[in-house]
Amino acid sequence: MEWLFFAVFALVALVGSLGVVLSRNAVHSALFLLLNFVAIAMMYILLQAQFLAMAQLLVYAGAIVVLFIFVVMLIGNETMGDFVARERPTLRWIALVLVFLFGIAMVYVAFFAPSGTPAGAPGFGSVESVGKVLLSRYVLPFELASVILLAAMIGAIVLAAKTKPPLGKPEE
Amino acid sequence: MVPTVYYLIVSAVVFSIGVLGVLVRRNALIIFMCIEMMMNAVNLTFVALARHFGTLDGQIFVFLVMAIAAAEVAIGLGIVVGLVRHRDTTNVDKISLLKW
Repeated sequence: MEWLFFAVFALVALVGSLGVVLSRNAVHSALFLLLNFVAIAMMYILLQAQFLAMAQLLVYAGAIVVLFIFVVMLIGNETMGDFVARERPTLRWIALVLVFLFGIAMVYVAFFAPSGTPAGAPGFGSVESVGKVLLSRYVLPFELASVILLAAMIGAIVLAAKTKPPLGKPEE
Repeated sequence: MVPTVYYLIVSAVVFSIGVLGVLVRRNALIIFMCIEMMMNAVNLTFVALARHFGTLDGQIFVFLVMAIAAAEVAIGLGIVVGLVRHRDTTNVDKISLLKW
């Protein structure tokens, strides 16, 4: 049963990622990205990471894809024929060879990974256990992440703001 | 139970497709999406290996990567919007002011 779910989610994840690369329309790319994110969230559930699955759905599928779609709508959908392969045919083959080699290397490494599947303890990956580790052993990175988020928020506002009036001069 | 190796293979393939996208597409937004996809593939490796070794450290890493990814998307999309405002394009080949 688990194999069946795994196969379905793996297939959906692959279709989603191929769709992102191959779609001509940026909105379609964003929706395929959503598909990919959701399939990976489901795989997190199979991997006993329920908390991360929910976080993945909220952060990636909820926030990030919506942001992408917002920006695509905002700046218009001028994406037709942006495949670099069309202008520079050699580059396509270089890219394919590189990706192929890389895929082989990854799969090779994967086959030499230690095999076997130790079963996690009950409660492994639940909100409670993740929260305990996060707020005890990893409390400093956790706090630093909040600082980074604050910096990113301010940075995004500054970047996206209209040209501002000179400092100290009130806007009319 | 599905062995860890299969998750690693799925993750490798998704990552490779992301690399392909970054190399082949010229639209800054699509390249950005592919980077997000690659980050997700790496997250899947982390979670698979966290289960494999029976520790939660990998899951904490994924949580932090998610926070960074959210920050990165906010900044990156701000840059794209600024780019469109100033140069009126999202084609990364046309943004070559610092290239020679």
